[in-house]
Amino acid sequence: MKREASIFGMVAEFDNPHHLLEGAKAFSKAGYEKFETHSPFPIHGMDKAMGLKDSKLGWVVIISALLGGAGIFVLQAWAAVIAYPFIISGKPYLSTEAYIPATFEMIILSAGFAAVFGMFMLNKLPKFYHPLFKSKHFYKASSHGFFLSVEKEDTQFEPTKTRNFFTGLGAKNIEIIED
Amino acid sequence: MESRQLTVDELAYLSDAVSRPKLIDGEEDFEKTTEVILDPITMPRAPKWWLIVLVGAVSGLLLYGVSVGYLFYEGTGVWGISHPVVWGYAIINLVWWIGIGHAGTLISAILFLARQRWRTSINRFAEAMTIFAVLCAVQFPLLHLGRPWYAYWFFPLPNQMGMWPNFRSPLLWDFFAFSTYFTISLMFWYVGLVPDLAVLRDRAKSKVKAMVYGFFALGWRGANRHWQNYERAYLILAGIATPLVLSVHSVVSFDFAVSQLPGWHTTIFPPYFVAGAIFSGFALVLTLMIIAREVYGFKQMVTIYHIDTMNKFLLATGTMVGYAYTMEFFIAWYSGNEYERFAFVNRAFGPYAWAYWTMFSCNVFVPQIFWFKKMRRHIAVTFVVSILVNIGMWFERFVIIVTSLHRDFLPANWSYYIPTWVDIATYVGTFGLFFTFFLLFLRYLPAIAISEIKGIMNKADPHYKGYTSSASSNR
Repeated sequence: MKREASIFGMVAEFDNPHHLLEGAKAFSKAGYEKFETHSPFPIHGMDKAMGLKDSKLGWVVIISALLGGAGIFVLQAWAAVIAYPFIISGKPYLSTEAYIPATFEMIILSAGFAAVFGMFMLNKLPKFYHPLFKSKHFYKASSHGFFLSVEKEDTQFEPTKTRNFFTGLGAKNIEIIED
Repeated sequence: MESRQLTVDELAYLSDAVSRPKLIDGEEDFEKTTEVILDPITMPRAPKWWLIVLVGAVSGLLLYGVSVGYLFYEGTGVWGISHPVVWGYAIINLVWWIGIGHAGTLISAILFLARQRWRTSINRFAEAMTIFAVLCAVQFPLLHLGRPWYAYWFFPLPNQMGMWPNFRSPLLWDFFAFSTYFTISLMFWYVGLVPDLAVLRDRAKSKVKAMVYGFFALGWRGANRHWQNYERAYLILAGIATPLVLSVHSVVSFDFAVSQLPGWHTTIFPPYFVAGAIFSGFALVLTLMIIAREVYGFKQMVTIYHIDTMNKFLLATGTMVGYAYTMEFFIAWYSGNEYERFAFVNRAFGPYAWAYWTMFSCNVFVPQIFWFKKMRRHIAVTFVVSILVNIGMWFERFVIIVTSLHRDFLPANWSYYIPTWVDIATYVGTFGLFFTFFLLFLRYLPAIAISEIKGIMNKADPHYKGYTSSASSNR
C-alpha cells in the first residue's frame, strides 16, 4: 500500500509521432484522462487525439492588450492636458493623433507580455522538479523520443493493466515512476 | 527505353518534388539533426577561428568603451556634429542598426504567418541578429543625449519636478517603439529557445551546464498540454510582431517626416523606410548565414534554395527603395517648392553626390543581377552583394540626414559635415558589441531552432508512411 502511494505513474516510449498519436487515441478511448504525451515538437492532431479543449491563452492576451492600450492613452491625455500642460509646436494639448504611436506600442507590449507569461502560467512553468525527470529514458523526449505518461490518480490506472495496455500498443521502455 | 504508366505513389512523389522544394537535404533523422545543430556547442573546445574572431570582436568592444568614455568625459563636441548638421553618425547608425534588426522579425513573424516553412532553418539565427542589432541601435540615441544619465526622463514617471514627457514628440514615440521592439524580440526569441534549452539540459555532460541550461529551460518536458499553449503563444507573438516591425521603422521615419525640413518632410517615408530596413536586414542575414553554413556545416538545413529565396527578397526590396528614391525626386519637382527642389538636386549633384551615387548603385543597380537564377544561387556573388547592400543602406541614411541638413535656408550657414575619429570609433565599436554577442550565441545556444526544424520534416507528420521496417516491426 505504501509502495502504491509513493509512485507518480507510468511512462513508456513510442517509436514515432504516428504511433504516439495512435497511442493517445487508444488511451483516450479506454477512458484515461490524466495522461500526457511528450514529444520534441508539437504533433499535428494530438489535441484532438487526447480530447483537449482549445487553449485559453487568447483571452488572457486580448484583455491585457486592451488594458495596456487604454492605460497609456489615458496617461498621455492626463499628463498633457491636466498634469503638465504646455504648448509645443502649436499642437493642441489633447492631440489624439500624436498619442497613437505610444498607444499602439503599449498594446503590442502588453499583448506580448501576456502571451509569454500567460503561456508559462497556464503551463505551470517554471517547474524545475518533475518526477518524470527521474526516468532513465525520458531525456530523449526533448530530442527524438516520443513518450506517453499516465498519472496514478487516473481512475483507469492500475499498474499491471496499464502496463499490458502499453505493451499491446507496441510501446517500449515501460517504467514505473516514483514520486 | 520501355514506356509504362506511373504508379499513384510515383506520381504523388513527382508532383511533390516539382511543386515543393526540399527544405532539408539528405536523410531526415531526429537524433542526428539534434547532434548536427548542437555540434558547435557540444564540441569540448571552441574552434580556433572562433577564438580569433572573438578577440577581434572584444577589441572592438574595448574601442567602443574608450570612445564612449571619451564622449562622456568631453561631451558631444568630440563628434563631428555642429550647426547646421546637428544629426550625424549617431542617428545614421541608429537607423542603420535598427533597420538590420527588421529582417529577423520579418523572418520569424511575417513568414511564420504566411506559412513559409523554409524560414525555419534561418529564423533563430535571424532573431539573434535582430536582438543584437537593436541593442547596438539603442546605444546611439542614449549617447546622443549628451547627458545620458537623464535617459530615465523618457519614462512617464512621476517626479519631484512635476514634469511629464512630451508625448507629442516623435522622439518619445521612438522611445516607446524601440523599447517595445527590443522587449518583444527578446521574448519571441526566448520562447522559441525554451524547447531547445531543454535539449541542451537533457544532453549536458557537466552538472554546471545542466543546471544553467535547466534553469533557462524552466522545466520544459515537451508535454502536449504545454505545446498547445506554446503554439498559441507563438502564433500570437508572430501576429503582434508583424504590425510591430512595420510600426518601428515607420516611427523612425516620423523623426524625419514629421519635421518640416525639405528632404525629410515626405509622406513616402514610412513604407520606404520599412522596405529599406528589410532590405538591409536580409543582406546581413545572408552575410552571416553564408559564413555560418560554411564553417558549421549547416548546408543540409540552409540549402541553396534558402539563399535563392532570400535573394529574391533582396531584389524586391531593393527595387522598392529604388522606386522610393525616384519618386522623391518626382514629388520634389511636382511640388513646385523651390526649397524642396533644391534639396534634391543638391542631394544628387551637390557636394555629397559621391555618397548619393554610392547609395544608388549599391541599393538599386547591384541587386538587379538577381534577376538571373544563376546569380541568385551563386554563393560568392550573394556574399559580395549582401555586403554592398549594407554599405549602400548605410549611405542611404547618411544621404537622408546629412544632405538635407548641410545646406539650410541661409547660405551663410552652409557647411560640409566630416565625422571625427570618435564618430568612426564608436561606429566600429558597435560591431565589436554585435559580434561579441553573436559569437557567444553561436557557441552557447543552438543557431537553428531544433524543435521547429524537426516539425517540418516529413517524418514528423503523424500520417507519414515511410517509416523503416525496424520501427514498424516493434509493433
